[in-house]
Amino acid sequence: MPLPIVLAIALMLAGAGTLLRGSVIAGESLSQEEVVEGQEEFVPISELPPEDRLPAAPLLIAAYSFVWVVLLVYLWSIWRRLTKLEKELADFARTVSLKRAGPDG
Amino acid sequence: MSNRIFGLLLAASILLCVGAPLMIAWAPYESTMGLVQKIFYFHVPSWMIMFLSVFICGVASMFVIFRRSYRADRIALAAAELAVVFGLIGLVTGPLWARKAWGVWWQWDARLTSALVLWTIFIAYLLLRRYGGPGSERLSAAVALFGMANVPFVYWSVNVWRTVHPKTTVVPSLGPGMREAFWWCAGAFLCVYLLFLVLRIRLEEKRLELESLYLTSEDQYKNYG
Amino acid sequence: MLKAPESHLSTPGFFRVVCLMVMKDLAVETRSKEIVYTTIFFAVSCMLVFAFGFVQEGREIDHVAAGILWVTVTFAGTLALGRTFERERQNETLRAILIAPVDRPAIYVGKFVVLLVLMAAVEVIVVPLVSLMFQVPIFEHSILLVLLLITGTAGFLAVGTLFAAMLVRVKSRGVLLPVVLYPMTIPVIIAGVRGTALLFQPEADLAMAQAWIGMLVFFDTVFITLALWVFEPLMKE
Repeated sequence: MPLPIVLAIALMLAGAGTLLRGSVIAGESLSQEEVVEGQEEFVPISELPPEDRLPAAPLLIAAYSFVWVVLLVYLWSIWRRLTKLEKELADFARTVSLKRAGPDG
Repeated sequence: MSNRIFGLLLAASILLCVGAPLMIAWAPYESTMGLVQKIFYFHVPSWMIMFLSVFICGVASMFVIFRRSYRADRIALAAAELAVVFGLIGLVTGPLWARKAWGVWWQWDARLTSALVLWTIFIAYLLLRRYGGPGSERLSAAVALFGMANVPFVYWSVNVWRTVHPKTTVVPSLGPGMREAFWWCAGAFLCVYLLFLVLRIRLEEKRLELESLYLTSEDQYKNYG
Repeated sequence: MLKAPESHLSTPGFFRVVCLMVMKDLAVETRSKEIVYTTIFFAVSCMLVFAFGFVQEGREIDHVAAGILWVTVTFAGTLALGRTFERERQNETLRAILIAPVDRPAIYVGKFVVLLVLMAAVEVIVVPLVSLMFQVPIFEHSILLVLLLITGTAGFLAVGTLFAAMLVRVKSRGVLLPVVLYPMTIPVIIAGVRGTALLFQPEADLAMAQAWIGMLVFFDTVFITLALWVFEPLMKE
């Protein structure tokens, strides 16, 4: 269907054009005063009062341990599901063999 | 997937994971952020892996929808689960780093918001798979596809406001000691991801095997009394 | 040698099917008015709840009108989506539609147009109410506001119609539709709220509002195309 495709492409081009324009406008709207203000509020860490300084080590350790915990928990959950399935398969095999033996035995 | 490749993956994962803390500790301090910057070595790789997983899920979902491939469906489910897992790692390590580096736990800038939205979409994928009943494979494939298509829009929308997230060009500009540590960790994450992906796919195959056994036995029961 | 008799009935064209579906649904709805009344009332109650929720010491918080408007539209839209397809399911007409030898995507477009009309009816009531309750100007830049509402609602419904149609046979469809739909339509909400807020400001930023409309047009095109592409293989049994 050529017409809908042409329409779709035209609409997408129009949309993309406005998107580009919007990005430009947004960039320009960051006024000079706002940028300078942000820079004047900057205080280097050495000049911060002691209460504002956060110790980095607990955060790093927390992040690191979290990664290991998540990966190990996921591994454990796969292992648990796998053993459950294998148990079910074994039970199933047993039930089937019992059924087969039943009428004959 | 042959056992030899699985064994190789396992060996690679162990090697890389054991080496990772050493590499991270050995890497030089970053000048402005100090110790806490070392979170970067596993924060960025975990997001990279999440996006890789999202991509794999999206491509597999296309095969699910258009080719009705069961194999693609298993891959899509495994990839979606892992996307949520690695996304969770990224979402927790990020704020832990941000608290020290920017002073706030969270910022509504483009990168974080689109990552959060993508993560939420894949949680929706998993919920749909779990509670959507039969036929939810294709539904969730559509969710994955639409989710992927969404990312540029979320990114653009939020980007129109100011963003404090470091620009993408950080990685190439890494100093010599940091570069090795970063790629070592990225490699570690990749091997772990592939390992988990293979395991999860195998789990899904076993589950489907059991299901089909139940179904055929029911049929036999019906036919032969 | 026998030759199969040529059929004198040809399958209706795409647009004819869309028109038929729209006429059918609108006829049913005009007679019962069930969905339109309940959705409008729900939207108004929603707005009241938000208004009371966000009022601070008797004075409303600034810039909250745009957000309330779009959240109300989202919730009302979800309700309308659910009810429209629920009605098809209850009367078993969905199977009949799917069996009909018509282009499947036409069904999607038909439903989409009906829901758009329905939501337009809701918004005609809700937008003036927002203006009254929060003292925001709606007639100053009315064309842009209308465009924003149309493109935003269309974006929401484009994704919503597809997922509502697919979820119609699922047991937990009531909760699964929002779970799946809301993260997916976040760009629409962002664009809608930001654009509307810009238009409600005393010195409205028209250029930026137009940029948001542009993004919504892009979004709508991409997602309607995706939905049309994917509707047929997904609805096949």
